[in-house]
Formats: sequence, structure tokens, C-alpha cells
Amino acid sequence: MKDIQKAVPRVDARGKAEGTTAYLADLRMEGMLHGKFFRSTRARARIVSIRKPELPAGYYIIDKDDVPGENVVAMIENDWPAFVDREVNYLGEIISLVVGPDREEIVRIHDSIEVEYEELEPAFSLEEASALKGGPIHGKDNLFADYFISKGTPDEAFRKAARIIEDTCDTGLQEHIYIEPQGMLGWWEDDRVVLKGSLQCPYYVKHAAQEVLGCDDEGIRVIQSTTGGAFGGKEDYPEVIGAAIAVAVNRIKKPVRIVFDRTEDISFTCKRHPSRIRFRTAVDEKGGILGMDIDIHLSGGAYETYSDVVLQRTMFTATGVYDIPSSRVRGRAWATNMVPSGAFRGFGAPQALFGIETHMNHIARELKVDPLEYKSRYFLQKGAATVTNGRIYEDVLLPEMTRQIREMSNYKRKYDEYSKSFGRGIGVAFALHGCGFTGDGEQRLIKAVVRLVKREDEKIEILVSNVEMGQGLLTTYRKIVSKVLGVPLEMIIYENPDTARVPDSGPTAASRSIMVVGYLLQEAAKELKQRWDDESSFEVEKHFKMPPHTSWNQDTLQGDAYPSYGWGVVAVEVEVDPVTFEVETKGIWAVHDVGVPIDERVMEGQVTGGVIQALGYGSLEKLELKDGRFYQNTMTDYMIPTSLDFPKVEGSFVENPYPYGPFGAKGGGELVFDSAAPAFSAAVEQAIGKPISRIPVIPEDIMEVLS
Amino acid sequence: MKVRFSLNGKEISVDVDSLRRLLDVIREDLGLTAIKEGCGEGECGACSVLIDGKIVNSCLVPIAQVGGAQVLTPEGLKGTPRGKCIVDGFTEAGSVQCGFCTPGMLMAAEAILTKNPNPTEAEIREGLSGNLCRCTGYDMIVRGIEIAAEKGEGLW
Ligand code: FES
Ligand code: FES
Repeated sequence: MKDIQKAVPRVDARGKAEGTTAYLADLRMEGMLHGKFFRSTRARARIVSIRKPELPAGYYIIDKDDVPGENVVAMIENDWPAFVDREVNYLGEIISLVVGPDREEIVRIHDSIEVEYEELEPAFSLEEASALKGGPIHGKDNLFADYFISKGTPDEAFRKAARIIEDTCDTGLQEHIYIEPQGMLGWWEDDRVVLKGSLQCPYYVKHAAQEVLGCDDEGIRVIQSTTGGAFGGKEDYPEVIGAAIAVAVNRIKKPVRIVFDRTEDISFTCKRHPSRIRFRTAVDEKGGILGMDIDIHLSGGAYETYSDVVLQRTMFTATGVYDIPSSRVRGRAWATNMVPSGAFRGFGAPQALFGIETHMNHIARELKVDPLEYKSRYFLQKGAATVTNGRIYEDVLLPEMTRQIREMSNYKRKYDEYSKSFGRGIGVAFALHGCGFTGDGEQRLIKAVVRLVKREDEKIEILVSNVEMGQGLLTTYRKIVSKVLGVPLEMIIYENPDTARVPDSGPTAASRSIMVVGYLLQEAAKELKQRWDDESSFEVEKHFKMPPHTSWNQDTLQGDAYPSYGWGVVAVEVEVDPVTFEVETKGIWAVHDVGVPIDERVMEGQVTGGVIQALGYGSLEKLELKDGRFYQNTMTDYMIPTSLDFPKVEGSFVENPYPYGPFGAKGGGELVFDSAAPAFSAAVEQAIGKPISRIPVIPEDIMEVLS
Repeated sequence: MKVRFSLNGKEISVDVDSLRRLLDVIREDLGLTAIKEGCGEGECGACSVLIDGKIVNSCLVPIAQVGGAQVLTPEGLKGTPRGKCIVDGFTEAGSVQCGFCTPGMLMAAEAILTKNPNPTEAEIREGLSGNLCRCTGYDMIVRGIEIAAEKGEGLW
């Protein structure tokens, strides 16, 4: 084990456990007002008129007319209005913000706003979206994105095929359920708006606020408050809240805070993209794969958010860890009249991996071979061509990882035994997760900058815009810098980022915080060390450069979609009750390659947390839409795993240092989410002896499959 | 209405609407913000306190109900030998990630160990089942409580 891997106590553990660390809802400001959104009650409509009540002194209704800049929530496209203008495209869209000192009075005002709607016909499902039901919601064709990539000679593969095996795989919505709901506080200071919130990407929020305010770079400052979980859910939605509060503070010049209650959070924040993926595989007489044809549909909701890039990741992950000689992948992200889909741990990859893993199982099943053995024949290897005709540059340790998972889970014995009768099953699923932004995004869009400061008191301060949100950065960044410098952890300062002080090192997303930003910190620390005695205090700045081995063409989507990958394999064992079809998970095993974990315990925490969250996705977390509203909009109805739902995760890591990651580390925060859901459904398939191609797998669905 | 109760060992009296949630009295009126609101509907346990030694979701308790009771929050527990022992266990085991559930987990751990100073894994999981954590998958919280039980021999 490398020294860096040795676990240290997390620097934030004590304050959080004792309850002295303040989160957004714990902050107070003199004269602070509260804000509550007034939202549409229709999924698709034109607003005919709005009747506002008489307002008592000190109360405000903020809406589109108060926006000094562009009335948009600036993300990739500026299609999401900060406040509804005339058209409403999902139920819950923000029409206005009621602000004032007393919460009961705010509710009274909120409830007496009257809106007259002219209803339009909404499109909720993929079928309705593609049929342009009610007319297009976005552009002329309802497509946020439509891409095609091809590798090898797919036409020939299908011409030569002895048979073609098909599957259609569906994945559902998922809500993040960070235990701390969304919240933000804004105030007026030094002639500008300051926002402080529970968020992942300070500069994204800054950008969004700048657009609505129409101000320059100096006109807005964003500070992260200690964030009680995020999982991607605080990558996009804080821009929505931030834009609205910025407008309110700009008008009122007083502190305004919004903290969501759980129902508002579940009902109206972004969700994981539901997907439907159709696989067709050309197989020769001996059962060998000649080629695949993959057709991906993602449901994007009413506005684009990150659908374009989520779709790219789904496509570039579509053939999973397998070296498929020829493939065609088409991907489409559709606009619907639902809450916008957005970022969620895995960012499109879990959908693809559920699909490809399930499909590979089904091929093996058709051919009557052990799926694990069949999958092993197709593992990508160093030097292999990826689905985008790029290369795998690293050693692929899947054979060793497979050996370990077989041994840990006692796979062979169980697989053979459970094949014979109803009730028990074991499933194994593999994953790869491209680290960092897709394609050349790191260079073209993000251009990360980090700074390290040597202070007069010999302490070293880390200045980056990446945030601690539970994943351990407060500890791991300090470890990286302290190890390089050879100074104790206590000498390193790293505070919640404030855009007035830190450079833009990019968002806390895309499994990039350690691999990309951590590497820049390591480089900066090396330089700082070299120059240590030159001056008593100075600053070192580092800028991102693409690793020299990669090349990418964004127009053709060809080349190295990612510089490196995390790899994973998870095995799940289940028992299905023959009467109730309740599934009990009996065992969970996981082996991951994250290069070199920067802290073994932090990484173990990622594995156990990610795997259990993914098992929720695969087995429990049903979120259904009824007339544009989520049926499960409380924590009572939307069920996430409790301590009783799953047994311990037995995990291990293989070491595989990556030269452009700090101490050899790659990304791991999302990879750990990628395998458990397909492993679970594979286990249930074996237990019931029937194929499954939809998650979450709930008892009702099992009953349906069996009858 | 006036309600008298003991909070973290001190007798106090508050004069509030009888239906006001204990959670709001503690967090807003008294300014003790260790316990959190994660759901407001009795599902997540982020607002856990001990009332007369029993773990309770303070978001479901109208203040009128605590008259004469002993209420313990993380502010009262953290400085005691038991509280320190659990916090140490949590720190050593990596039980804390985003931390939003953790003060509630601290109270749950105290309740578990008070009931049984040497709990099995199954008993710990049972005792944590009213407290949701979205980050850790629970394994390391369970481990943290096991460590506290080992090191805190005699405390409970
Ligand atoms: S806030 Fe009380 S149980 Fe969730
Ligand atoms: S540590 Fe984040 S919810 Fe438990």
C-alpha cells in the first residue's frame, strides 16, 4: 500500500458529528427575509393573467419584470427562464418569488396569487415527445441532442450475422435525496449581490446570477456553505435558486433566504434522466459478437440543463467494458413537459451500463453460457479501440478484478447451484467510468486554474472552486498538498470556496476533482516546494493542460472521449420470496480500480455509499408521474435504503497508478454507482429464471414478469 | 402557552404556541442548531433528540408534549464521556461524510448503546433504521458504533 492511501481522520468529522458545523439553514443574518417560490400548477399552458394580492409593507413578489439582465438560468443553453414569461412547460415552473419577514404571511400571500391559464396539451413520455404531442416543446423536433457514432464495419457485421439478439432496457427517474434540502442565502454587500448556498459549482451559480443581473464579473460573489450531500443534484438546481435570489436581493437590498422543505425538493428539483435503450447484437454461429446497434433515448424534461453532455456520456459508455468490433450508436435526448432532468452521480453512464450489462447477460443466457464467463471474453484491453475510436491507454485489470470477485463471492458454486431452482441468484456487473469532462471539455470549456499560497505564517492555503460535499475533498486535497510538501495536514488551509478569493478550477463534478484538480494541486505543491525558501510568502498558479496522449474531435465525436477510466465490478446475491416476490439481498461484493485511492477509508466510504445508493436505484426508488406531478413526493413514499435494507458491502481495490492523477489517483465518486443496479437485476433474473430489462426491479414487476 | 422542561440538563421554560414543533423551538427559538430538518415528516431522523432517554423525531413533537420531560440534543451529549466516545468512534470509522445526518446518528448511537452496551451488528442496524443516511450506505456508521462500544467499555 502506498503511503498516501493510509487513512487519516477526516478533518470535518468532529465538527459535523458534534453538530457545531453550520449548514445553510443554521445561518442567520440581521433582518433576513424568507423567500417562497410561486409555481405553476399546470404542466403545459400559456399564462393569460396573474392577479397579485395587495402586499403588506415589507413584502414583495419578485418576477420576470424585476430581472435587470437576461431572464434565463444560464447553463449550456439559455432555454430555462429564471421566471416564467408567458409559457409554462412543466408543473412547478417558477412564476414568482414571494419574499418577506414572516413565513405565515408569505404563505398567505402565496396562496392568494391567482393565475389564469390557457391549457396546452402536455407530452410526458418518450413516445409523446417523439410524436410531438401538443406541438414541439423545444425547437422543431423536441430534440435537445441527436448524435451518431460508428466503429468498425457494422453493416457487414449485421450482414454476416447468424442471428440477431435484441433487448430494450428501461431505467427510471431517480431523486438524489441529499439529506440536506436545497437552500441559498443572498444579501447585498459592497454594492453587489453575495450568494451563499449549498452547492457544488460556485462558478456555475456565479455565471447564472451574472446573466440575470446583467452585471460584470465583479457584480456578484458566490460562497459555498457546508453542503449536506449533493450527488449531482446541487450541480444544476442551485443556479435556478441563485438566479432568483440574486434578482430579489438586487431589488430589495436585504438578505433573503430560501430553504426548501422536502416535498418542494422532491417535486421540483432535477432528476436522473430516465432512459430507454434498444440493443441489437449480431452474433455468429459460434456465439461470437460481430457487432452491435444501440439506440439510446433519454428523457430530458422541459429544459436542456446538461442533457446534451449526459447523452454523450451515455453513448460513450454504451458498449461498457467490452471490445465490440463493430458498433453503431445513436443517441437522442428528448424534451418533455416534466421537471428538467439533470446531473446525478454517474451522469448518463449508469443508464448505459444497466443496458449493456443486462443485454450481455441475455446474450449469454440465449447461448446457454455463464454470463460472467461470456463477458470475460470481451474485456477491453490496453491499446483497444473505444466506441469513439479512441484508445485505452492504461492497463486494464479486469481479469484480476474478476478473479477477486469470483473468490470473494464464491461465484461459481453459487451460480451453478442457483441455476437449478427458483429463489436464489447471483449477478455480476462491470463498469468503466470516464474520468473528467467528456472529450476536450476540460480544455475547451473548463480551463481549470488552481492556486496555492505560502503564507507568512508558513501555512499553505489551497485556493480552488471545488467543494466538499461529503466525498472527502477537505481531507484528500490537504493530504495531496501536505504529502508533496512533507508538512503536517494541520499546516494546510482549505476553506469552503468563495469566488471573491478562489480561481475557477471548475465544477465539483464528472469525477474530476481528484484526478484533474488534485493533479494540478500536486503540480503546484511541487513548485511551491522548490521555491519554498525564495520568499516568505508567495503564490503558485497552475493551469490545466490536456494529457499529451489524448486527442478529440468534438464535431465528429471521434477520438479519446476520456483520458482515463475507473473500472469496477460488483456482485450481488439475492433471495426472492416465492409468495410476496420481496427480494432480500444476501451479499454484496465490490472490486474497484481508481488508480491509487488518496485515502483508503474515504474511498471505501464512496464505495459503500455509492453501491447502496445504486441498489436503491435498482430495487427501491420508484418515482412515477401522474398528470405531470410526482406521485411519490415525500420521503415516506419515495423510499431510499435504510440500514436494514442491505447487508455490508465487502470491497477491495486494485492498484493501477495513472500518471496524470495525483499520486496515481483517478476518479472514483461516480464509478462506484455504476455496477450495483445491473448486478442486482441480474441476480434477480437468475433467482426467478426470467429475463428482466427494467429498473427499479420491484416485487410488482417480478410478479408481472413471472405471469 | 408556557412549557417547562429540561434541555441538556438545564431547566428551561418557553412561552410559545402549543403546536410549535420541538424541532423549531430548539433550533429557532433556542438557537441550538446541531439537529437538522431533513424531511419534517418523521422519516429521516436528522432531527433526532432523546426524550427521557428514548429516541424521538423532534419534527413530529408538538412542544406541549415535552412538559416536564428531559430532552437531550447533541449539544448536551457531545461534551460527556459517552458523547466523546461516539464522536471518536465516528471519526475513526469514517462514519461522517456530508455530515447532515450525523448529529441524528450521534443521538441514535447513544440510544442504541444505552439499551445495549454490546450490540451486535444486527442490533445496531435495527437501532439506526429510523435514521437515513444517503452518503455512507451505513456500513461505516455501524462500524463507528461498534468502535464506541468497544472503547467505551463501562460507559453505558
Ligand atoms: S426532519 Fe424529522 S424525521 Fe426528518
Ligand atoms: S453523511 Fe451525508 S447523509 Fe449521512
